[in-house]
Amino acid sequence: MSHPILEMKNITKTFPGVKALDNVTFSVAEKEIHCLVGENGAGKSTLMKVLSGVYPHGEYSGDIVFEGQVQKFTSIRDSENIGIAIIYQELALIPEMTVYENIFLGNEIKSGITIDWNETIKRAGEVVKKVGLNVNTAAKIKDLGVGKQQLVEIAKALSRNTKLLILDEPTSALNEDDSKNLLNLLRELKNHGVTCIMISHKLKEVIEIADTVTVLRDGQTVCTLDAKKGEVSEQVLIKHMVGREIDNIYPPKKVKPTDEIVLEVKDWNAYSPLLGRDILKNISLKVKKGEIVGLAGLMGSGRTEFAKSIFGNPDGYHVSGEIEIKGQKQRRFAHPEEAIASGLAYVTEDRKGNGLILIQDVKQNITLANLEEIARNGVINGNEEVSIANEYKASLNIKTPTVEQKVGNLSGGNQQKVSVAKWLFVKPNVLILDEPTRGIDVGAKYEIYTIMTRLVEQGMSIIMISSELPEVLGMSDRVYVVASGKITGEMPIEQATQEKIMELAAN
Amino acid sequence: MTFLSNAQKVLRQNIREYGMYIALFVIMTIFTITTEGVFISSRNISNLLNQTGYIAVLAVGMTLIIVIRHIDLSVGFLAGFLGAICAIALVFWKLPLLVVIIMVLALGIVAGLITAFPVAHLKIPSFVASLAGWLIYRGAILLATMGTGTIIIPNDTFNAIGNGYIPDFLGIENFLPGVHKLTLVLGLVGIVLFIMGEINNRRKKQAYNFEVLPMDMFILKLVFISLLVGGVTWILAGYNGISWTVVIMLIVTAIYHFVTTQTVLGRHIYAIGGNPEAAELSGINVKKIIYVVFGSMGLLTALSGILFTSRLQSATTTAGSLFEMDAIAAAYVGGVSAAGGVGKVIGSIVGALVMMSLTNGMNLMGIDISLQYIVRGAVLVAAVIFDVTTRGRGK
Repeated sequence: MSHPILEMKNITKTFPGVKALDNVTFSVAEKEIHCLVGENGAGKSTLMKVLSGVYPHGEYSGDIVFEGQVQKFTSIRDSENIGIAIIYQELALIPEMTVYENIFLGNEIKSGITIDWNETIKRAGEVVKKVGLNVNTAAKIKDLGVGKQQLVEIAKALSRNTKLLILDEPTSALNEDDSKNLLNLLRELKNHGVTCIMISHKLKEVIEIADTVTVLRDGQTVCTLDAKKGEVSEQVLIKHMVGREIDNIYPPKKVKPTDEIVLEVKDWNAYSPLLGRDILKNISLKVKKGEIVGLAGLMGSGRTEFAKSIFGNPDGYHVSGEIEIKGQKQRRFAHPEEAIASGLAYVTEDRKGNGLILIQDVKQNITLANLEEIARNGVINGNEEVSIANEYKASLNIKTPTVEQKVGNLSGGNQQKVSVAKWLFVKPNVLILDEPTRGIDVGAKYEIYTIMTRLVEQGMSIIMISSELPEVLGMSDRVYVVASGKITGEMPIEQATQEKIMELAAN
Repeated sequence: MTFLSNAQKVLRQNIREYGMYIALFVIMTIFTITTEGVFISSRNISNLLNQTGYIAVLAVGMTLIIVIRHIDLSVGFLAGFLGAICAIALVFWKLPLLVVIIMVLALGIVAGLITAFPVAHLKIPSFVASLAGWLIYRGAILLATMGTGTIIIPNDTFNAIGNGYIPDFLGIENFLPGVHKLTLVLGLVGIVLFIMGEINNRRKKQAYNFEVLPMDMFILKLVFISLLVGGVTWILAGYNGISWTVVIMLIVTAIYHFVTTQTVLGRHIYAIGGNPEAAELSGINVKKIIYVVFGSMGLLTALSGILFTSRLQSATTTAGSLFEMDAIAAAYVGGVSAAGGVGKVIGSIVGALVMMSLTNGMNLMGIDISLQYIVRGAVLVAAVIFDVTTRGRGK
């Protein structure tokens, strides 16, 4: 191993209530391709954000040593200036601008006080050639495919003399050919002296390209493996990624699900006009009364899109397929209003973004989806509202001084409980929980699990979308695995293991 | 001691809400001093309220528009245009007054729905959609008054809407001469109804075992508001009594205050303003609410047009210019948040009063119009800064 270009020593980063990185040590050798793997929430992206200066010096503890110098970045600019470039999953290009404008955005070539467009176009042409991209640099970004856009991002990085290139899931949105090209390009860049860190969930890819692999789990470094010594294989990676023992944090269920099917979806397809591609293909799924169905898979596999497309399709996908509730065939719901009326409820993944109204108080959030219940002739009984909110506050143990507290002031766990309370108040038959315990602490997690158990005992059915395998295994009665918009496996909980699910999810 | 600390606590918790009232009070006091009492005279206050009417009505509608994160620039010239229609229908078509009023209000609703269509269905920014309306109605008003120019309306009943006062009891002229007795009676009835309502409310809350204001604060609040209403009533009674404009303003405010605070519709409007995606996922039909809110704006615009035309007793070619800006300014001064989801109808009414008091007071002082604009601009900025910096405090 040649000497390290980058060393991150004892990095610890905490968010309110969560320790995202716990004493992480991470070292990258010069001119290698170093892959960073781990489950969702293991801390990979956070680590890269620390490295690139998104979280400035002082917000974390530990040292970053780049080319032998301790670095104290205050912004992304600082890290870019010394040759670190990061390319996110969500590309940071401006669609309405041309390729050359994008490549030199923020790094404009000037003559005097004006931009030297001729020089810009010439240099853009050179750097585009370097990444093997064959387009006119005067083309607009929005007219290029995702694969080419990704190459423009890399060209942009190279135009700044990048020594260390970080790619966050670069192939997650690419098709197979584009992925191959990208991997080849990375090898070539390596030969030209560029070091590369790649975050990826696709283990086959990792095995194919990595010189070294570091595995993170729960914000800690598990191990660093050397590919040349043959230490890297799919089994080994999976074992290290999921390797924790499931401790006894899941409340036992006292009842078994019945055989009555309350929700059945058949041959469900969805096309997103915005993305211009199919996002769900031939999904069929059943939910029984009193059952918790786990929907496992990686982020971006299409689980949330599936939930939304059955729940009144607010994002306007083109949907086909059948939906049956309690054996009765239904018209596909045209609006969440209709889905709610038919006994569905959907607790969103992003409670701040589209789940709760943070500037409103606890009681207003809890009653929002079912105001009719507390209103007569359209007039709300305010006192009734407060007492109902207080009932949920007590039964779900929502920690807030009063129900008149703004939801934005509560902790993540308590916000989640408000979210759940809101949907329990519509008294659904099927409750869809999308990442119900994301970003909340262990104590609150246990409370959410207890609530789920209690609900199925009362005869409710739950679809739980989760990226956390232990949670899927601990709570579900049956598991579906989703990958790239398709169901790649279904199994009763007795047959499910973390390894099996990971394999189905990552293929 | 506990009384003082209670008062302090209540004030601190509600500083944002009371800020506007305090500002209005300060402005009125300053003008009363600088005009040696002319500002607070019965005649001037009555005049001030009548001037505020047509902007206040617009500001109420604009409040809801801004709450759902939109804007409507077309309301000024739409009000002017609908006023012209009023005049034409009365003078040239000779339609009965009631028919004209109903027709114009209906036209207002239709105009609002037309603005809403591209906003709700095609996701066109309301700024653009209503800017187009601004141009179109500006043209329409010129078209309507082409050939005639200013249309004088000789209908006394119509003109009373903007200039007239409610009648007084007959036959008791010798009792309290120069004072409008019915106004006093109405003010008194208002105070009694308010006190009874508050006590009733408090009882209900106690029946649910909810927290209520401490008794001394509760009484203070009742006394304070009663004095305020009583004071205004007394001032108005000293001139011609309550005007029809004030009656209309009170009714509109009461209805909109009720709808926004007590009904499912109101809750849906504020939910959309707070987080449109969450609202949609909660089963709220966002498109429908956009139609309702713009439709209500159109209705109130028509009302504003009627009030203004009646006040001038004529329709002019430039009626309504910049009303939309006055209405938007009133809403912002009244604490409506540009980010959406926050803002009270009563706040906007107070905001309209603040802005109109500035104009009125500075006119009385003989301050040049150029300085008046600058002062009003400064007050607008100050109000919004106050609002932003106090947000998130208290509860």
